[in-house]
Amino acid sequence: MSKPYEVRADEVQPLSVLDTNGNVVNEAAMPKLSDEQLKELMRRMVFTRTWDQRAVNLTRQGRLGFYAPVSGQEATMIGSEFALNKDDFICPGYRDMPQIVWHGLPMYQAFLYSRGHQHGGQIPEGVHVLMPQIIIGAQILHAMGVAMAFKKRNEQRVAITYTGDGGSSEGDFYEGLNYAGAFKLPAIFVVQNNGYAITTPFSKQTAAQSIAHKAVAAGIAGVQVDGMDVLAVYKAVQEAAERGRSGNGATLIEAITYRYLPHSMSGDDPSKYRTKEETAEWEQKDPLHRFRIYLKNKGLWTDEEEAQVVEDAKATVADQIKKAETTEKMTIPGLIDSMFETTPKHLEEQKADYLA
Amino acid sequence: MAQMTMIQAIKDAMRVELQRDPNVVIFGEDVGKVGGVFRATEGLQAEFGEDRVYDTPLAESAIGGMAVGMAVQGFRPVMEIQFIGFIFEAFDQIAVQAARMRYRSGGRYNAPITIRTPFGGGVKAAELHTDPLEGLLVQTPGIKVVVPSNPYDAKGLLISAIRDNDPVFFMEHLNLYRSFRQEVPEGEYTVPIGKANVVREGSDVTIITYGAMVHTSLKAAEEIEKSRGVKVEVIDLRTLMPLDIDTIVESIKKTNRAIVVQEAQRTAGIAAEVIAQINEKAILHLEAPVLRVAPPDTVYPFAQIEDQWLPNPAKIVAGINQVLDF
Repeated sequence: MSKPYEVRADEVQPLSVLDTNGNVVNEAAMPKLSDEQLKELMRRMVFTRTWDQRAVNLTRQGRLGFYAPVSGQEATMIGSEFALNKDDFICPGYRDMPQIVWHGLPMYQAFLYSRGHQHGGQIPEGVHVLMPQIIIGAQILHAMGVAMAFKKRNEQRVAITYTGDGGSSEGDFYEGLNYAGAFKLPAIFVVQNNGYAITTPFSKQTAAQSIAHKAVAAGIAGVQVDGMDVLAVYKAVQEAAERGRSGNGATLIEAITYRYLPHSMSGDDPSKYRTKEETAEWEQKDPLHRFRIYLKNKGLWTDEEEAQVVEDAKATVADQIKKAETTEKMTIPGLIDSMFETTPKHLEEQKADYLA
Repeated sequence: MAQMTMIQAIKDAMRVELQRDPNVVIFGEDVGKVGGVFRATEGLQAEFGEDRVYDTPLAESAIGGMAVGMAVQGFRPVMEIQFIGFIFEAFDQIAVQAARMRYRSGGRYNAPITIRTPFGGGVKAAELHTDPLEGLLVQTPGIKVVVPSNPYDAKGLLISAIRDNDPVFFMEHLNLYRSFRQEVPEGEYTVPIGKANVVREGSDVTIITYGAMVHTSLKAAEEIEKSRGVKVEVIDLRTLMPLDIDTIVESIKKTNRAIVVQEAQRTAGIAAEVIAQINEKAILHLEAPVLRVAPPDTVYPFAQIEDQWLPNPAKIVAGINQVLDF
C-alpha cells in the first residue's frame, strides 16, 4: 500500500481482442466491422508485408534510398489508419509510409521520397498528410498544431501522429502531449513501441512502467494496446478519434509491437543487439498470422485470396518503382524556385549560374 | 497620423492584421490577457477574443510546432518568443520545420508564420535576453529576417511580414521599444521586406547598419561631420535576409568607402556577408577595405559591462577615421 501523498503507477495490461492463435479473448472490445472491412484490413496488411519485402530488396539493389522497414508493425500501422476518416490528418514519422500511402499518397511518391526526390513530398490536394518527419518528436508538435486548427474551426476532424519508443524520450513528445491536454485538442499520439530505438532497448529509454503512463503527466487519456492485434489497435484509435471529435481531448496510445527487420537499411545489424530467441518469440505474435486464422475460422479468407494480394502487391510495387524511376529529374533552378513564394533577387542571381 | 513609440506601432500592425484577416492568430507566453511582457499585444485579446489572441503553456518548441501545424491548415500564426535567447528551444521548429516547409513539400505546403522576438542590448537585462542572434537566422535558408529601427518601419514591416507567405523572423530591439516617438500613419501601409533605407545622405563614407546601431551610427555621423567635416551616408538595412545589396553598392559608388556597424560579435551578425558581397560587386569602387565595427567574439557580456562591449559613437568614429586615412 503506497502512502497517500505519493504518486504511484500501476501496471497496465494492453487492450487485446485476438490472442496469438486468432481466438477472440475480449468480445466486449470487438470493433464493429463488416466482413468486407475485415477482409480489407487483411488485404492491406498482406499487401504492406509484401511491399516491405520488395522495398528491402529494392534498397539492396540501389533502386531505393533511405528505407525504414515495417514488417511486424502492420497491425499498428494499418489498423490505426483504417480507424480514421479520410479528412483526418496524419503527421508521420520516417517509418510511417504505410499509413500515409493508405491515406492517399501515391506509392511512387513514397518511393521518390526514399530516393531523395522533391516530388515525393508534393502531397496531392485532398490527401491529408504531411511528409515523413526525420526529426524525432517534431511531428508530435505539428499534430498538436493541426488539431488546434481543427478545434478553432469547429471541424469534426482529428490529427494523428506516430513516433517510436525512443521518441517518447524527446522533449517535443512531452510538450506536444502537454499542449494537447492544456488546449483539449482532438489529437491522437501513437507510440509504436517495438522495443528498440536503433540498438537501444526500451529499458534504457525510461524507468516508467509504460509509455502509456506518460499521458498522466499531460492530463490526457493514456491507452496501451497489443500492437500485433489489428482489431485491438483499430478499437483503440476509433475510441480516441471519438474522444477527439466529441471535444473530450487527446489520447496517447502505446502499441506494443516489434520490427522483424533492421531499424533502417542504412547499415543496422539487429543480430548485434537482439537474440534469435527473442525474434522467434515475436514471430509467434505475427499480426498477419493471428488475423489470418481468425478470418479463416470465419470463412472470410483463403490461401488463394492471400496469394492474389501478394501478386497484386508485387505488380503494384514493380509499376510504382518504374514510375518513380522515370519521374523527371530535379534541377537546381527548380529547387531555388521552391524556396519562397517569390524568389528573392540574390537567389535569382544564383539560379542564373545554373541556366547559363 | 499619430505619434507612436515602436511598441505601439508594433501593436497597431497586429491590430490592423487581426482586423483584416481572420486567419491571423497571435500566441505565446503571456501575450493574451496581460498583453505581453512589454505590452506589445495589450488589449488585443479584449478586442479580438481568446480565440485569436491567446496564452500558451511555457514551452517554446511547442509554440513553434503549433505555428507550423496551424500554418499547414491555412492559419497565419504570429508567434512570440518572449526573449531572443529562448529561440534555441524552438530552433528546430523555426529553422528546420517552418523554414523548409515549402521546399520539402515542393510548394504543396507553406508556413506563413511571423516570429516576433525582442532582443538587443543596452537595457541591462538578465542573461540570454538580448543576444544578437540574427546571424544564425540569416544562415538558415527559407527564412527572412527583419530588424526595424523606428516606429514607422516597424509597423509597415510587421504588416508585410504577417502578409508574407513564408516565415519571417521579426526582431524587435528592446532599447528602441519606447526610446522615442514618431509619426505613424493610421490604418494599413507596408514597408517592403528586402529594401534598405538611406537614413542619412553623405558623400565621403557609408555606414551599413541596422537596429539600434542605426541611431548610434547617426550620432557618430554627426560628430565626425562636426569634428572633421566628413559627410557620412547611413544605410539602415531593415531586412537582413534577403539583403538589399543594390542600395549598398549604389552608395559605395558615391562614397568609395564603407564600414559595417553591428551589435553582434565580429564573426556573428551580417557584417561578414555584407563585406563579401561588396567585394564581389563593388571592389573597383573602393578606396579602402571595408571594416567592421562590432563587439569582440565573446559571449554576450554581463550587464555591468554591456556599455563597454557594445559599439558606441566613439568606436564608430574611430572606424570611419580608419577607412578615411587608409
